Amino acid sequence: MNQPAMLPAFFGLLRRDLLLAYRARGETINPLVFFVLVASLFPLATSAEPNLLRTLAPGVIWVTALLATLLSMDQLFRGDYEDGALEQLVLSPQPLALMALAKIVAHWLVTGLPLTIVAPLLAMFLQLPGEAYGALMLSLLCGTPVLSAIGSIGAALTVSLRRGGILLSLLILPLYIPVLIFAASAVDAAAHGLPVTGQLLLLAALAVGALTLAPLATAAALRISLD
Amino acid sequence: MTPAFSAPSHCLRAEGLEALRGEVMLFEGLELTLNSGQVLQVDGPNGAGKTTLLRTLAGLTLPEAGEVYWDGEPIRRNRAAYAEALNYVGHQHGIKAGLTVLENLQVYQKLTGGNGDPVEALVRMGLERQLHNPGYTLSAGQRRRAALARLLLRPAPLWIIDEPYTALDVHGVALVDQLVREQVLAGGMVVLTSHQRVELSDLPLLRLRLGS
Repeated sequence: MNQPAMLPAFFGLLRRDLLLAYRARGETINPLVFFVLVASLFPLATSAEPNLLRTLAPGVIWVTALLATLLSMDQLFRGDYEDGALEQLVLSPQPLALMALAKIVAHWLVTGLPLTIVAPLLAMFLQLPGEAYGALMLSLLCGTPVLSAIGSIGAALTVSLRRGGILLSLLILPLYIPVLIFAASAVDAAAHGLPVTGQLLLLAALAVGALTLAPLATAAALRISLD
Repeated sequence: MTPAFSAPSHCLRAEGLEALRGEVMLFEGLELTLNSGQVLQVDGPNGAGKTTLLRTLAGLTLPEAGEVYWDGEPIRRNRAAYAEALNYVGHQHGIKAGLTVLENLQVYQKLTGGNGDPVEALVRMGLERQLHNPGYTLSAGQRRRAALARLLLRPAPLWIIDEPYTALDVHGVALVDQLVREQVLAGGMVVLTSHQRVELSDLPLLRLRLGS
């Protein structure tokens, strides 16, 4: 029998999602625009006082990154659900969890990674001390995959609901809190010249855990949603 | 055309299937057996549960009661083997609007394997001039043709096709009949729904009428 290989399927789906994201660039950059706009409004709305901004910076950047990811989450499976591609995915001979992982990775590449890359720019707006830039980037690098992975569970659970957006936020926001706490505290600690290895290692552990387990939950949720 | 799947005899069997839509009973105690080389045509009025039955047979929807068996094994217990054996074209076409027709088929092939040539399959379905057009430029009939082209990419003993004739012109309908005929003559089996008269009287055709 012509057993389809798993890796080509994984990369095939990953490439497909990246291609679709590229062709819908206008929509794809929405979370990034949101991230930059909101974070850059803070200095205007509060004060240009560097000390105040410096205190706020880790929290502002991370809360904004989290909300930007959350906003994009609803679309993860919606398109595939509406045009029937999701049925084809579920019925394909591939492990569904692996397919879910491909979608999560694609989502991270078009949202989490760009957020990580532009974060130093926002850190500059917000007067974050230079020594905290590394911690900020690393915390985003480890933290945003967790957001994508956990978000995919909520997206899969709510994909069949016509207005799943609010429910999705309520479902997954509480699960984002640990990431927010550790990540913002890492950046804050770095800004004060304290060691941050502990928080970063915890974030990395969360990332590994989420990327391993979330696809399984997402796959189960997709089957339920299609039923 | 040679039967590319190693086909001893396969058997799709449903026992005591029951489905609800909300509180409404669509069907209950439904039994069917389909063997290699047979076509099952499901018909019935709108809302009778044709699509639900096909989704249940494909394993997308769990029945309220009853079980679907493939070669004597419940399909929910050996999903991988069943997925290997099944080609499903649903009510929704599954063609991504942002990809070209050819890209759509290439991705599908990566996911499901099979060694059919995507270009050949699309040419067969009469889409040779749309190969590089994005999905959103296709008409409803062309989209259906592209979805049906998936059947040609990977030989599978069982085809489940929901409303294959919808939106197709006369040539398209004849083409679908031809595909079904080839599949059955190669020893495969086909389950399809249709409101229309199916011109397949030369094949071993079983009929199932829902909602009467």
